[in-house]
Amino acid sequence: MARKLPPKDVVIIGLGWTGSILGYELAKAGLDVVAIERGPWRDTASDFPPAYAQDELRYAIRLDLFLRPEQQTLTFRNKMNETALPIRSFSGFLPGNGVGGAGVHWNGQTWRFLPTDFNIRSHLEQRYGADALPADMTIQDWPLSYDEIEPYYDRFEKLCGTSGKAGNLKGVKQPGGNPFEGWRSAEYPTPPLKQGLGATLFAEAARKTGHMPFPQPASNLSEAYTNPLGVKLGQCTYCGFCERFGCGNYSKASPQTSVLPALLRFPNFSAQTESEVTKINLDSTGKRATGVSYVDSSGQEWEQPADLVLVCAFSFFNVRLLLLSGIGKPYDAQTGQGVVGRNYAYQTTSSVDLILKDKILNPFIATGAHGMIIDDYNGDNFDHTGLGFFGGGYMGFGQTNARPIETRPVPKGTPKWGAQWKKATAETYQRACSLATHGSSYSYKDCYLDLDPTYKDRLGRPLMRMTFDFHDNELKMSAFLTDRLAEIGKAMDPAEITAHPRQGPYNSTIYQTTHNTGGTVMGTDPSTSVLNRYCQSWDVHNVFVPGGASVFPQNHGYNPTDTVGALAYWTADAILQRYLRNPGPLG
Amino acid sequence: MRRIFAAALLLVSPVASAGSASADSQDFDRIERGRYLAVLADCGACHSKPGGQPFAGGLALRTPFGILVAPNITPDPETGIGNMTDAEFLASLHDGRGRNGRRLYPAMPYPAYTKMSDDDVLAIRAYLATLAPVSNAVVTNRLPFPLNIRLAMVFWNKLNFTPGRYQADARKSAEWNRGAYIVEGPAHCGTCHTPKNFLGGDNNDHALAGGTLQGWFAPDITGDVRKGLGGWSKDELVQYLKTGANKWTLATGPMAEAVTHSTSRMTDRDISDIASYLKDDGAHDASPRPTPVEAGDGVMRAGQAIYRDNCAACHRDAGTGEADLFPLLAGSAQVQSDDPTTLVRVVLQGTRAVSTLARPTAPAMPAFDWRLTDAQVAAVLTYIRNSWGNAAAPVAASAVATQRTSLAKTP
Repeated sequence: MARKLPPKDVVIIGLGWTGSILGYELAKAGLDVVAIERGPWRDTASDFPPAYAQDELRYAIRLDLFLRPEQQTLTFRNKMNETALPIRSFSGFLPGNGVGGAGVHWNGQTWRFLPTDFNIRSHLEQRYGADALPADMTIQDWPLSYDEIEPYYDRFEKLCGTSGKAGNLKGVKQPGGNPFEGWRSAEYPTPPLKQGLGATLFAEAARKTGHMPFPQPASNLSEAYTNPLGVKLGQCTYCGFCERFGCGNYSKASPQTSVLPALLRFPNFSAQTESEVTKINLDSTGKRATGVSYVDSSGQEWEQPADLVLVCAFSFFNVRLLLLSGIGKPYDAQTGQGVVGRNYAYQTTSSVDLILKDKILNPFIATGAHGMIIDDYNGDNFDHTGLGFFGGGYMGFGQTNARPIETRPVPKGTPKWGAQWKKATAETYQRACSLATHGSSYSYKDCYLDLDPTYKDRLGRPLMRMTFDFHDNELKMSAFLTDRLAEIGKAMDPAEITAHPRQGPYNSTIYQTTHNTGGTVMGTDPSTSVLNRYCQSWDVHNVFVPGGASVFPQNHGYNPTDTVGALAYWTADAILQRYLRNPGPLG
Repeated sequence: MRRIFAAALLLVSPVASAGSASADSQDFDRIERGRYLAVLADCGACHSKPGGQPFAGGLALRTPFGILVAPNITPDPETGIGNMTDAEFLASLHDGRGRNGRRLYPAMPYPAYTKMSDDDVLAIRAYLATLAPVSNAVVTNRLPFPLNIRLAMVFWNKLNFTPGRYQADARKSAEWNRGAYIVEGPAHCGTCHTPKNFLGGDNNDHALAGGTLQGWFAPDITGDVRKGLGGWSKDELVQYLKTGANKWTLATGPMAEAVTHSTSRMTDRDISDIASYLKDDGAHDASPRPTPVEAGDGVMRAGQAIYRDNCAACHRDAGTGEADLFPLLAGSAQVQSDDPTTLVRVVLQGTRAVSTLARPTAPAMPAFDWRLTDAQVAAVLTYIRNSWGNAAAPVAASAVATQRTSLAKTP
């Protein structure tokens, strides 16, 4: 029997990046806000202090910060005619858990999408012809333009204190930055990180081969910084423990280091941790949410009434919560009708491994977004005529870490164990590096999320089912990008080079990335989107999904966090300036 | 005639003002002044319990002699001070005598409040009278026998207490005098920062030269260049009191509470006057610099290795720290204080800095008690206290052991 709590103005489901940004903006405006978080409370000094935060076994191998499948998982299949099976050990992608969410364990790579990414379908059809795109490719224009989102990118980057070099300031190209990026209203809040030898060698080779390298934008800060909320971050120490780790030095932007200190000062904000929202409750018309139900760690059910429900969990769980709550029409891949779960997409990554001659790279001097990058082959920055694919990605030398358990590069032909293997790892560690591509993943009719017909979670609710495989377009794109990258790699004069273009089928047991997007897509047409351009549900006007990656109509050739943060601010403004004045559909 | 009238009023007032009648609830100026004086005097710090009703009492103070609990000072007639007369209220703050002449313990800082003017004390009274009465009975005296006999305070007062209002120093500016009044009176800085004699009384020959209580060393806040605030500019001191942080350090422990409830809420003018006074408390030569422990010493070398592994990521190789985030160690008076109690404590237990509107970050130092032995803590502190131009007595492993034991007893 659920116990009913006193009503709140706003209930936030999930206290990660979007939840903490919305919490701050709405609490600051005077609303009474409660955030309900599935995982534990997490704080820098007590949960990832420098004295043990750099524990590779605990965090990178045993995945201490991540969601446990026993608590919540999903089922997976490649094709619609297969039977999906539950993921019993997360490995292909790693959903976070707890306060801070993915903002705790991310690498800090902070990219804007290209201006043409926001109108990708109309742009490609205009440039390459109306029939150029594959029939089953379901990419669509975003409901907002780059010009509209630019101020919100700027706000999120200022929140993080992102380090980098602008390539385009208000339309004027800037030497040293990314010449392909959209215009920026301001320079990055902090200057670029210092580059190591490997990145410097890559940049030389890239220039020599006619490309335009620039430092990777990083929310691992090059210098101490005070953000607009008054919260101070420290300088990155290049310790190389970012992805899968919390930062103990207050130098990687996260909800903990960038928002929560200011948010927690509001007496009208509170957080309920270790409590999982099971359902968004609707009134008898089904057009208005009355609040949420959740279950705490003792199994006690609670009902939290609220006037506004903000769905701020990780992308999968946003989709699943709408499906379980009956908000929006579920997507049916057979007919192509329905919207919730539609346009699930991922990221198409690949690598080129190098062993250099007589170099000492000191690869352990690293941070999550540390390297030199080229953007020549991203989005539609290059002519796709005759290539047989669309999309692209950034590529370059990124030195995120060289931790001792997992970083054991050896030349080809080395035995997999024993004295020779040991000798080879010792000789190779300082000379080896990996170049990477980070490619787009366009959406397709047969890549989607729905409720599993068989498997249920600990509370008896159906698990979510993922149906996903790489399509030819993405595999061709990956082959092309990897070839280009290998050409630059060869210009670095390696002793050995091995290219690993992405190959199908998608394997959910090999880690690639946790950039899982789509399922609650934003758009201008209710028949192809779950949310309108303000991330508001078309069907239930007081439910918003403020910018989690589940709102992406497809995934582009960049990491999602900057766009997630920008859309959180975009939605906060829409709620404050439009919705609160006249609650109702904004579309 | 006028004098007689005044005397008659005085006689009458204890009766007339019983209950809340003493406060004219229309006298907004006075009530507001009383509210602000209660901030200066930080009444709420002791008389409120975290999560409890403000001023309803209940915070347990661990004194060297035992536990005392601050009483309920809301106007509740039964459990609060609703039945207290103005004269009794004045006597509490000025003379350490509560209702019916009962002796107070000096955990109530009447040795400082005695310097406050009658008018200021009664303004606080007027403000407290406007609070909602809260029924909360508090057993204040939890001292062991024989200290629990309040009459013992008669003798304590004879030895340690000089009643009397603040006397302005005509040679000094109005700002300095205002600062002195706040520091010595309502803000009762000496209650923590002045060393105590064996009876717990102030050692006024060394006023504000630093004291140890509740497992913290409240640092020297005299103008001493090496040990006190002599190295801080007036602006840095103002910034610290206002925001809880400056380039040198961040407020933590009991001072974090003082910043939260009191100094960050003071007017800019009062903070400036306090700083004027503290920066000009008489000629202070730097106390003699001890000979630093040699860098080649075995303990120093061990300390350096421990420092690089555990501390340098935030405090930096050269102890330079980061303003408002990681305290500066090189040149810090606190780091070189004679009494390393606070240093040992923050290494063992960790601590969180204060969060204020201007500096919300509240960074925290993690605990190292699970990771470093007593000898390792002693070595790293000895290294920090004798590097980068610092010079201070080495920290003994036995001192760390003692503190580890006492921290384990007082969660």
